[in-house]
This record gives sequence, structure tokens and C-alpha cells, in this order.
Amino acid sequence: MHVENLTLAYVADAPVVDGLTLEVPSGQLTAVVGPNGSGKSTLLRGMSRLLAPKSGRVLLDGKDIHQLPARELARKLGVLPQGPVTPEGITAAELVSRGRHPHRGLFGRLTGADDAAINEALQAVELTELRDRPVDQLSGGQRQRVWIAMVLAQGTQHLLLDEPTTYLDLAHAVDVMNVVHAAATSGRTVVAVLHDLTLAAQYADHLVVMGDGQIAAQGRPVDVLTAALLDEVFGLKATVVEVGGAPVVVPDRRLAG
Amino acid sequence: MRSRTVVLSILFAALAIVVALVSLSVGTTKLPLADVVEVLLGGGRRGTRLVVLELRLPRVATGLLVGIAFAVSGALLQTLSRNPLASPDIVGVNSGASAGAVAVIVLAGTGGGNISGVAAKVGIPLAAVLGGLLATLIVGALSIQRGVVDAGKVVLIGVGIAAAANSLVAWLLVIGDVNDAGRAAAWLAGSLNSRAWSDAIPVLIAVVLLLPIAMMFNRDLSALVLGDDVASSLGVRVARIRLMLLVIATVLAAMATAGAGPIAFIALVAPQVALWLTRMERPPLLTTAMLGALFVVLADLLARNGLQWAQVGPYELPVGVLTAACGAPYLLHLIGRQQKGRL
Ligand SMILES: Nc1ncnc2c1ncn2[C@@H]1O[C@H](COP(=O)(O)OP(=O)(O)OP(=O)(O)O)[C@@H](O)[C@H]1O
Ligand SMILES: [Mg+2]
Repeated sequence: MHVENLTLAYVADAPVVDGLTLEVPSGQLTAVVGPNGSGKSTLLRGMSRLLAPKSGRVLLDGKDIHQLPARELARKLGVLPQGPVTPEGITAAELVSRGRHPHRGLFGRLTGADDAAINEALQAVELTELRDRPVDQLSGGQRQRVWIAMVLAQGTQHLLLDEPTTYLDLAHAVDVMNVVHAAATSGRTVVAVLHDLTLAAQYADHLVVMGDGQIAAQGRPVDVLTAALLDEVFGLKATVVEVGGAPVVVPDRRLAG
Repeated sequence: MRSRTVVLSILFAALAIVVALVSLSVGTTKLPLADVVEVLLGGGRRGTRLVVLELRLPRVATGLLVGIAFAVSGALLQTLSRNPLASPDIVGVNSGASAGAVAVIVLAGTGGGNISGVAAKVGIPLAAVLGGLLATLIVGALSIQRGVVDAGKVVLIGVGIAAAANSLVAWLLVIGDVNDAGRAAAWLAGSLNSRAWSDAIPVLIAVVLLLPIAMMFNRDLSALVLGDDVASSLGVRVARIRLMLLVIATVLAAMATAGAGPIAFIALVAPQVALWLTRMERPPLLTTAMLGALFVVLADLLARNGLQWAQVGPYELPVGVLTAACGAPYLLHLIGRQQKGRL
């Protein structure tokens, strides 16, 4: 995926993402981090045609995503928006089966290939046992994994995930990141917006730091995540230590008095 | 889940047919069910044929068809707006359609209480559809916020538009000839009394054309319940499909209103009962349609004969009065539940 000079705005003359250029490494996990409101979700929306660009373009396998038919794009690019709403009463397997939508004809039932993709996705997130449970009765972490399975079942080469680990405790966040990482290891190109800097640094092959609608820094996590950058972009005083080759962010305590 | 909806659809269709047959057999001349079936299969004596085919069948057929049309309209609107309160009888579509139809009855009326010819056959359904579409357009336009329709606003604004359309109807009744106004008032209660084939056929056309189209988009509806962003990333052209299904829902409700008056609560209740029975995440269209048909013919059978059977006297109620009496408590329950959800 290639983002070229992309400008995105909700209201005219107030660009949220301003002339951003990004080469997304194929077959790797790219993590996007940045302060609240820096335009991460907006960038992902622009990269997935949920938001039309004011200028610039997004190329997928060399083709502008706005030139592709909707269904064809949906077979190449899967998107998990920030905080999707789970409809009441839907079971895990049914929700995951919706990911097959772009592969199905007008009336055709689920084919063997569809079933295989659904089972494989449920297996990848380790929820096969809970497949017939209503999603609104699952824990937050399980629910998030069902949604990820839905996008995995879509069977796309490219995945955009907006905050797949938010609201999860560290153990569940790690579960989810293992799934996301496995998707990249199996050759898919994954872009995930993450809040937890340490988690992002642990898993990402490529780290993109956004500040104010622009890329403030990008590269290997060890090279990018420095105390100076955290201060500059996040306004965060922190010490960065290295554990097993990956940077760990330890915020400095600021005690009153 | 899928097989469950199919079984329930067949069950409700069968029940609707049974109730329809009973409805064809009772009345001033009681006919044995066997005779009714014989007539429907093409046999029977001339007198029996006249009673069944010309006097009773149009009423029963209109009932079945408006039941389907109202119910499917409700299922579509509730799914599109993700709000169980958003049905055409609540958000002003039926009221808009009524205003259109009453305008034709009153303004084009002959004063004899009967309008005839083209004005009645084409004018009333056409005016009803225009009135319904206008109501939908206004409600839709006013409840759009940042390019997306706000589900909560739809209901509030819809209730307001319904009130406005109803006061327009009241004004039309006041300025109209007393006979026309009387006819319009009876129709407004939602009545299947003295329906003719000319009432059933426009609804039949609407159902036969629009129900299959709506069902073709079943799968897109299943994606839409996951939210517009997810649906769109699954390849659904959200804006286009929303608009089309909205128009289909409106036309179905408006044609049903033209055929039998704004029968209350079928559109609100049938989808939710179907939802509850099938435990799906959105009302399944076919099951909802069959339930709607069953509800209307059953309510009409009871409204027509209930007071007689209960030995109260030879009175007939308009079917809309009965559905309103049954539906109102459910509406209150639903509002109560939504309030709790908000707090
Ligand atoms: N639908 C919208 N309409 C108008 N402005 C919006 C809309 N969505 C986001 N914005 C604005 O765009 C800016 C960037 O928002 P965005 O959601 O992209 O940030 P983010 O980096 O994803 O933040 P977070 O970490 O909180 O998810 C914010 O100032 C926000 O107020
Ligand atoms: Mg965001």
C-alpha cells in the first residue's frame, strides 16, 4: 500500500491529515501511534475509502482505491473501525460469516470455501468453542477477537485495524496482538492503530508516529521510540529502556511538591 | 437460525391461510369451510361463488396484502435506523400517506361520499405514495447529522411530522363535504370494510414488485446492521442501498395505507415479534411479512365478529381500532425500555 500526499478533512480548510505520504511495507505489521486527535483514525478511514480525500491518493497494488469497484476493493482490503457496535443477539459464527460478504453472490448460500474461511478465522482467534454464543454475552476481549476474526474471514491481503486492543487488559491485549502478528507473519500486510506504545514497539515491524496530521517519525521501533520524540510528540517525559531488543516506555513520575 | 426463520415463515403463512378461510366462511350467510375451499378451487354454486369471490375475498385479500406491506415496511425502517421504534406508523409515513389520500377523497369528492373513476383508482394510491415520500424526505433531511441519519432523532422528528400531517388531515375533514369527510374518517381508523378488488390490486402490485427486491438486499441488510463503516468496508454501497430500501419501505406503507387506511401498530409489532421468535439480530423479512398478514386477517376477523360472538350485539369494529388497542401497550413498553437504555 502506498499513500501519496494524502489530505483529509471533515470541514473545508481544516485538514486533519495534511499531505501525508507513507509507504506501507508489504507482508509486515505496521503500527501507527500518536496522541489522541492526531488523525490516526482519520488516516485509516482515508486509506480505506470511508473518507474521500481532499487531495492525494491511496494506491493498492498500484491502483487508486477510488478507482476500484466496491466489491473488488473489499476482497483486497479488510477494515476494522474503532469501536464497532455489536448488534444484539448475533452469534460469534454469524458475525464472522459477515466477513464473507464480498465473496458471495446475490442468493448463493455459504460455500465450502466460505465455511473453511470462517472456521479458520475462529480458530486463529481461539474462539471455536464459543462460536454459537451471542457476541454481546462475551467478554470485551473475546468480543474484540470475534471482530478481528470477521476481518480475517474476509480473506484480504491487506488489513487496517483501528485500536484492536483498546479496553482490553494486558493479557487480552497480548492475545489479540498475537493474532494480529500471526496475520502479518502469514504474509498479509497489516496496519494497526495502537495506543500502548510498549505493546506497539513489541510487535511492530514498522512504527509510524503521528503528530498533528503528519508523520513525526517512522522506522524500526528501536530507532523511532526515543525519549526526545516522546517529549516532542506526546509531551510526555519518559525514560525508554530496551528489553530484549524492543524499547519499553516508562513514564517519569511527576509528584506534586 | 436460517432454518428456524424458514419454518416460522411457513407456519405463519399456513396460519394466515387458515384464518383467511375461516374469515371467508363467516358473515351474514355462514358457509361451510368445504364450500369456501370448493369455490377457491374453481367450483361451487353461483350464489356461493358471488359471496366468496366478490364480497368476501377482496376484503380478506386486502387484509393479507396490507399486512405484508406494513410489516415489511416496518422491518426495513427498523433495520435501517437501528431503532425498534422507527416504523412507518410512528415516524409519520402512514400519516403523510393519509394526508395525501384524504386530500384526494375530500378535494376530489363528488359530495356524494363516493369518489369514482380515475380519481379513486389511481388518485388515492398515488397521493398516498406522494404524501408518504414527502414525510420520509422531511424526516430524513431533518434527522441527518454530519451526513449520517441519527437513529434517535428519526423517531422524535417522525412523531412531530406525524402530528403535523394529522392536523392537516383534521383540517381537510373540517373543510370537506360532510359525506366525503365521513367516508374519510371511517377509512382513517384503518378499515377493511367493503373492500373491492380495486383496493387490493394496487397493494398486490406493490407487494409483488417490492418484496422480492427488498429480499434481494437481505445480505446487504445483514452487513448494514454491523454499522455503515463495516458494511462499506465489506463492499456494500451504503448510501445507495439505504436510499433504495427507504423508498421501498415508504411505498409499501403508503400503498397499504391507501388500500386499508393507516392500520396502526402492524408495522411496529410484527418485525419485533419475528425478531424475538427467530432470535436474529434484525427482523427477517419473510417471517415478518407472514406475521403481518396473519395479524391483520386475525384482527379483522375478531374486530368484525368479536362483539357478536361475545353476545354484546351486532356491532363491527374497524380492524385498526383492535390493532391500536393491542399495540399501544407494546409501544409503552418499548418506550420504557428505551428510556432505561438511555439512563
Ligand atoms: N466525523 C468527524 N467530523 C468532524 N471532525 C472529526 C470527525 N472525526 C474526527 N474528527 C476530528 O479530527 C481530528 C482527528 O481525529 P481522529 O479520530 O483521526 O484522531 P485519532 O488520532 O484517531 O484519535 P484517538 O486516539 O482519540 O482515536 C480530531 O480533532 C477530531 O475532532
Ligand atoms: Mg482513533
